[in-house]
Amino acid sequence: MINTIATTANALTILVYAAIPLTIILVYALVAIWAERKIAGFIQDRLGPMRVGGWHGWAQSIADLLKLIQKEDIIPTNASRFLFKFAPFMMFAASYAAFAVIPFSSGYIGSNINIGVFYLLAVTSLLTLSIIMAAWASNNKWSLLGGMRSAAQMVSYEVPTIATVLTVIVVSGSLNLMTVTEMQSGNDILGFLPNWFIFQNPFLLVAFVIFFISILAESHRVPFDLPESESELVAGYQTEYSGIRWAMFMLAEYADMLLLSLLGATLFFGGWNSPFGEFMSGPLWGFFWYMLKGLLLVFVMMWIRWTLPRYRVDQLMHICWSILIPLSFINLVLVALWELIF
Amino acid sequence: MIELITDTDERREMTINMGPQHPSTHGVLRLELLLDGEIIKKVKPHIGYLHRCFEKYAEEMDDYAKVIPYTDRMDYVSAMNQEHGYVIALERMLELEVPDKVEHIRVIVAEMQRIASHLLGIGAFGLDLGAFTPFLYLFTEREKILDIFEKVSGARLLYNYMAVGGLMRDVHPEFKADVADFVKTFRPKIKELDDLLSYNKIFVKRTANIGILPVKVALNYGASGPVLRGSGMKWDLRKNDTYSIYNQFEFDIPVGSGEVGTLGDCWDRYNVRVREMEQSLLIIEQALDSMPEEGDVMEAIPRRIRMKEGEIYTRTESPRGELGYFIVGDNSATPYRIKVRAPSFVHLSMLPAISKGSLIADIVAIVGSIDIVLGEVDR
Repeated sequence: MINTIATTANALTILVYAAIPLTIILVYALVAIWAERKIAGFIQDRLGPMRVGGWHGWAQSIADLLKLIQKEDIIPTNASRFLFKFAPFMMFAASYAAFAVIPFSSGYIGSNINIGVFYLLAVTSLLTLSIIMAAWASNNKWSLLGGMRSAAQMVSYEVPTIATVLTVIVVSGSLNLMTVTEMQSGNDILGFLPNWFIFQNPFLLVAFVIFFISILAESHRVPFDLPESESELVAGYQTEYSGIRWAMFMLAEYADMLLLSLLGATLFFGGWNSPFGEFMSGPLWGFFWYMLKGLLLVFVMMWIRWTLPRYRVDQLMHICWSILIPLSFINLVLVALWELIF
Repeated sequence: MIELITDTDERREMTINMGPQHPSTHGVLRLELLLDGEIIKKVKPHIGYLHRCFEKYAEEMDDYAKVIPYTDRMDYVSAMNQEHGYVIALERMLELEVPDKVEHIRVIVAEMQRIASHLLGIGAFGLDLGAFTPFLYLFTEREKILDIFEKVSGARLLYNYMAVGGLMRDVHPEFKADVADFVKTFRPKIKELDDLLSYNKIFVKRTANIGILPVKVALNYGASGPVLRGSGMKWDLRKNDTYSIYNQFEFDIPVGSGEVGTLGDCWDRYNVRVREMEQSLLIIEQALDSMPEEGDVMEAIPRRIRMKEGEIYTRTESPRGELGYFIVGDNSATPYRIKVRAPSFVHLSMLPAISKGSLIADIVAIVGSIDIVLGEVDR
């Protein structure tokens, strides 16, 4: 009897634990989509959504979501039905699963495993698979082209991403994201700067730049948004999707942006550590700082999106294979040497 | 016919339809692409989705003047220039003297329309390459021109403003001030455009050395306007076969130079348009200075146009190139025939020649850089 209660309680705890990132993602996605439109509006000298909900159109994303839910679920005649239906959910699942190892604050991490980074990189690889799945199952030539582009792009850009993550691992000596964050506590650099990895070592600054470019490509943001480049491939792998399935793709895309930004915040910007040392620290403040850092990176991604044109597919590959990958490996060696000497 | 791409045969080539509902075919153009991966082996433009029987319509009218609103609808983003060409053709045929004030107003609105048209062309070109923001910045400027046109003619897109021998009505009293104000505010924006788009590294990478059109090929196909000038040929009908009062103004003909790539590439065609906007501003300024205040813009309009027997071909420089009107009169008030030589149609025919072997992303850039308007292609 007591045992059953304990297991039920345990199961409930696990559920609540697992639901926390989901809540965060859902709330974030609604805010981020609204914010993206607002930011686009301000960059482009216009207002953006202004009507729904009164204050600056804050309820626009909610209204859009309601509209998308009500839409007819169209599956093309020649589509591979199961894969077509499954792909968007798999894509979101891959993004969501990766949030398990993200240390949201000193008090909360979904799963405190010691191969956190490795797990995160492995699970996000499923995104590529789900995009190809969606593209192939649609049986549409534009989708297929988008899917092929995305496969090439994500597989290529995973290399510099991993290489730059490795540079941080060389410094931290741990794959556990919680440990990595804890190592960055305190304000000792030059007497006032926080002990974040980006300030610890000049080569880690280079690593961050490479990492940021790679995550732009990994999350399909301009200037690397080729898989869904609307002016070339109509909508890439999303061409045949509508309604809630399309909404799942959007959700997954925004979740992926947040995930990679949070990873960047953990690896380079001290995760949940406050920039003022002991001041304003603690689990709740930690969550605040962590989300702030992550969302700042997301903001930069949006800013870039509304400023730059798009690269061509061969130029994209060129940047990856002949610039970023060699640079990131040289950087890895330099970081290792720096660690040896100092 | 449904072609399953899940077939398992060894075929590597794929036929794909780009358009007529595609975001970057600038209207209802359909391109049939034969692809090997992303490389284009063959491209075949299919047109006719916007065919509106311009010629037949013109032959059915009982008045030459009634064709004017229809010329607007050919190249709907540069309606003033279309009207300008048509009324000039008729005036030459009727040997009409047009008042000086009318000529000045026509030149000013035609040049403003050229700027508006180029703004749209450049903006859409940037949009094709993924640059969303410049498009909206340029539209803000285009909006100012349209506002002036609205005050002048009452319409924002299809004006029906020019009449044979004059104008439908006089400009509003603040016209000069409005235009001068626009010229002043617009000039710095060109600099801004250069910073944001023209010399943007990614933009240059996407447009330099793409869709190269050698001057010889351009001449063989009969290219004109910015497309021909982008290939380095100094040919502008405003100077080379002058009409209206363009010979009174001083301006340059910008030509492509291969500054960032090869002569005649997409970037050159783009840059010619940007530099042309500067020259148009110069013309507008000079025309504003010499424009007479007094005068009736409607005094020379004939009450009834009765064309004598004969034919005429006149050509004017529209924002897209040589716009020609071939008019045959048969001693009545109804045109016997009006044939239009549309530059967009000629330029579209070059597409297969300059896009072979490029990537899908390039064909978008090439179509954007020749700046076609489908209303004019199909007429």
